[in-house]
Amino acid sequence: MGTDVCLHELFIASARRSPQALAVVEPGQGSISYGELDALSDRLRDRLAELGVGRGDRVGIFLRKSIDSVATLLAALKVGAAYVPVDPGAPAARGAYILHNCAVKVAVVETALAGKLAAALANLGAAPTLLAVDGLLDGGAGLLAALDDADQRASAAAVDSVASAPDELAYILYTSGSTGQPKGVMLSHENAVSFVDWCSETFSPTAADRFSSHAPFHFDLSILDIHACLKHGATLVLIGEDIGKDAPRLAQLIADERISIWYSAPSILALLAQFGGLAKHDYSALRQVLFAGEVFAVKHLRALCEFWPTPRYFNLYGPTETNVCTWHEIPLPVPPERNTPYPIGQVCSHLRARVVDESGAAVAAGSEGELCIAGPGVMRGYWALPEQTAKGFFKDPDGSAWYRTGDIVTEADDACYTYRGRRDRMVKRRGYRVELGEIEAGLYRHAKVKEAAVLAFADELAGVSITAFLSSDDAKRPSLIEIKRFCAENLPLYMIPDKFNWLDSLPKTSTDKVDYQRLKELR
Amino acid sequence: MPDALMQKIKNFIMDEFLPGEDPDELIETTPLISGGILDSIATLKLVMFVEEQFSVNFAPHEVDKENLDDLVSIVRLIRAKNPSAA
Repeated sequence: MGTDVCLHELFIASARRSPQALAVVEPGQGSISYGELDALSDRLRDRLAELGVGRGDRVGIFLRKSIDSVATLLAALKVGAAYVPVDPGAPAARGAYILHNCAVKVAVVETALAGKLAAALANLGAAPTLLAVDGLLDGGAGLLAALDDADQRASAAAVDSVASAPDELAYILYTSGSTGQPKGVMLSHENAVSFVDWCSETFSPTAADRFSSHAPFHFDLSILDIHACLKHGATLVLIGEDIGKDAPRLAQLIADERISIWYSAPSILALLAQFGGLAKHDYSALRQVLFAGEVFAVKHLRALCEFWPTPRYFNLYGPTETNVCTWHEIPLPVPPERNTPYPIGQVCSHLRARVVDESGAAVAAGSEGELCIAGPGVMRGYWALPEQTAKGFFKDPDGSAWYRTGDIVTEADDACYTYRGRRDRMVKRRGYRVELGEIEAGLYRHAKVKEAAVLAFADELAGVSITAFLSSDDAKRPSLIEIKRFCAENLPLYMIPDKFNWLDSLPKTSTDKVDYQRLKELR
Repeated sequence: MPDALMQKIKNFIMDEFLPGEDPDELIETTPLISGGILDSIATLKLVMFVEEQFSVNFAPHEVDKENLDDLVSIVRLIRAKNPSAA
């Protein structure tokens, strides 16, 4: 595989090949060609260099998904930096923590959010340069205006795009951390390019394809959307967060935009099957439906396949640390009596897999064990967390590093893996990784919360439902509305518990730890 | 809360999404979506309830925070579509 090529060179090659081709579409707002996107990201590259960003630095992206944010991540890569996409919808304090944690030199920020973010950064004693972009101007116009404005004050000299080495960082994606703070997964150019090359081999995209971009950019599904699309000179259709959760509008958009390769978490596909009114539209362009991030309940998958009988369906599996590492094509039709979820499938061709017990020894064929992954797709480590990085891996005598996914699987005779559960307290909700400990840490910030314990339960519609068990010393407990609002201000929306259960005190084990087993019975 | 229409919607939200909550806590201007009470699935359920109960249809673009974030906004939208809704 051509892993000596760096990630942005895949895009640059497409831009040279077909500058007129449509690169990115913001439905109803505007679009940009490969040539224009190349030029726009070159200009921002030069501006970033002028602001002192160079090889090995980080650039934060605090923008709504847009042509501007695609141009920004390309510009960061071209200047030799890693891009760090941050959820602009999450509380500003969380964004500021991330940008401060990985010491971004510059963050490109939506103007409307810049004040709050700057204040939250100042609270942490951080002051990266903020480049404000007007988020109300669509189709790349906001970034263009910001660059014109900056040029009027001081011009930025043109610099060359950096040919990054395979082990240099391309991006850092922050995921939920069990200690209450998100942790940064460091992915290199080799990690990204080996994955994108695997996508080429497996899905054979062409320049005629129209890829959905449903996942937010801080979510690892976006790597396939953006970079596999741009490598093949195809068109990326950006789907904003509002419409992305709204099944009837989304159903219309997929048809109108003639999306041919769809990729998302299963939860939105389940909503589309139930509430999207899919029978009303024409989906003849759709040729592949990819999903990842959580288990797809078979009854919703079956309903979806009945509405959309022609595309091929792929269940992709993998943590952010490896991106997709196993895959399974769903054989159609889904039998009417089937309830068992589909396997996560075989290991991707650029990776190796092994199932081990707690001591790290390979388990007998067919037995349960933890799935471990080695190969060029596996992350470099967690940003500034050497201990957690060390715990995440074990080394073979031959020196190869195996990433421990924390997922318990079994391997069938045909080298096909089936997911059985988690080793720890992490759950997947709407495709997001959620460490229950991070929710607990968030709840503890409420002045009236004395104890907090959070559990996840299987839920047919939502995949998992999250229950918080709380106690308080205060006679007047916060109302449900108050506690939900507090959560909305302190946690990303997908982490807000579904149920809150107040107890006089939480049950304890003999060692005075919260007794989660007894809490399970109190559900 | 004198309005019968608003009371019906309030009762639905209380029963479905705020079981056990003191009804006095949910006032006309309590933020429902931005306040973490309605997530995307809950919002769809609310819309289905309202459409059926009050014989109105929401256009897909109306199902958002601007129109549905509190009881006042929801009632305003229903009344605009069906002045005789009750």
